[in-house]
Amino acid sequence: MSDQHEPTRPEPTREEQLRAQLEDAPTIPVSELKGRTRRSFLTGAAGAGVAFLGWRWIQDSPVDDGIPQPLRNTLEFNEQVWSNLSEGRSAPEFPVSKATPIQVNGRIGIRNEIELADWTVRVEGPDGELLDELDISAFEALPQRDMIIEHKCIEGWSSIVHWGGTRFSDFHARYADQVGDVPYVGFETPDGLYYVGWDMSSAMHPQTMLALRQGTEPLTQEHGAPLRLATPNKYGIKCLKRIGVIRYARERPADYWAERSYDWYAGL
Amino acid sequence: MSIDTTEPETPPDVAATTSDERVARLVHPRAIRWLHWINFPLLMIMIWSGLRIYWAEDVYALGIGSWQWFAFFPDAVYETLDLERRLARGMAFHFAFGWLFVINGAIYGIYLLATREWRHILPDRHAAKEAKDVVLHDLHLKKEMPPQGKYNAAQRISYTAVLVMALIIVVSGFAIYKPTQLYPLPLLFGGYQGARLVHFWMTIGLGLFFLVHVLQVLRAGWGNFRSMVTGYVIERRSPTAPGNETISAPSVPETETHDAPIGGSA
Repeated sequence: MSDQHEPTRPEPTREEQLRAQLEDAPTIPVSELKGRTRRSFLTGAAGAGVAFLGWRWIQDSPVDDGIPQPLRNTLEFNEQVWSNLSEGRSAPEFPVSKATPIQVNGRIGIRNEIELADWTVRVEGPDGELLDELDISAFEALPQRDMIIEHKCIEGWSSIVHWGGTRFSDFHARYADQVGDVPYVGFETPDGLYYVGWDMSSAMHPQTMLALRQGTEPLTQEHGAPLRLATPNKYGIKCLKRIGVIRYARERPADYWAERSYDWYAGL
Repeated sequence: MSIDTTEPETPPDVAATTSDERVARLVHPRAIRWLHWINFPLLMIMIWSGLRIYWAEDVYALGIGSWQWFAFFPDAVYETLDLERRLARGMAFHFAFGWLFVINGAIYGIYLLATREWRHILPDRHAAKEAKDVVLHDLHLKKEMPPQGKYNAAQRISYTAVLVMALIIVVSGFAIYKPTQLYPLPLLFGGYQGARLVHFWMTIGLGLFFLVHVLQVLRAGWGNFRSMVTGYVIERRSPTAPGNETISAPSVPETETHDAPIGGSA
């Protein structure tokens, strides 16, 4: 090695600079590569085998409400993560000018028209006891508000809707002493064909509304007249139309779409 | 040794006798190899389950105004890949494997930063011109490859683009997944529907990258593929070996760490 003084060391060429980037990477004799190649491919094959077994394990697991148990467990894990994070968070609200008509998507439980004058809602406690049977005037008497929010369908579309009605929390205040700290509340259509379950903290969110109006007009029957749920914080599948029963519960209430493979929480 | 395409100009029997002039250099660290191969099935599962979700509201198309040139996706695609009426299962898989995809990607990102491995990937100021030369070379319109380090300029640009797209797809994904809890994150994309659109196009982008990547790996041959499994590529000799003053020896193209076939292999 001649380490003589070089008075003018030339600038490294581009190629030299690029090569220098790899200089600190270790080398081995080529003769060792064959064994390493074998080991690496065997390791890779073992890894692929483990991945395949994991995949089969998920696919072959017992089904819980339409999806394999590990996936159902993960949805519930996600619910834990996000329901803890969500404390105090609210969705944006929009000016009235942004509101648009909303498409009619689900008709389960509201296929037949009802006589609105005969409609009542049953309010039931956690032991099945009847707390109240209310007509629409009871909801009109509660504090009214307007809410222009983005309604999000689980299918992927969304639209900005102007809802008018009362907060669920204002309705609940009438029964809070009677029912105590119940963790859940369920809602059903009068015919019982469509039903959703809510956790109490989602229901008590200030943007969870028992809606009576779309815009300034009373709800049409296809949008859930005379009373429906509305929120920007859960998918539309949770926004039951034509509420016939409000039932407080100690256990998770049945939920139509959760029984059909969907997430029970469905929170945004 | 087995077929060694790292030096296609040298027949295998000669290669064996001259192996003392060559070394195997570790170009892909173990962590990167594991993260790369774990990412592969995770990305496939995310795209597959994501398309099951997209099916339920498949509104995007290429076209002008009401004229659609190509609507995503033709029915044949949905039927072939079993994507129809699987929204709930698609969501369950997407929101389970999404965690693994994000964790794997986060470890990769931290690794790149901590080891300064990113220097091999980020394009430098010569990248645009050199990438053009790489493409011309790959199209057999130009004989020489431009000089390169671990990756050629076209690779640097496309790998960087993939990392950017991966970051955008994760952030836009979270914006769709939890638009309230993560508000105002959706505003980055112009709102909830904007985030959905961006998420979709990033999927298309990653899908296209995947196709080109596989094609280039097939073209580059065994030595390149093996390097992503073993970590090693064969090169003529170590640039740090004694007597290496004549550093201009054409050893870099023979590392063949670029996806494209090296000069003279055509």
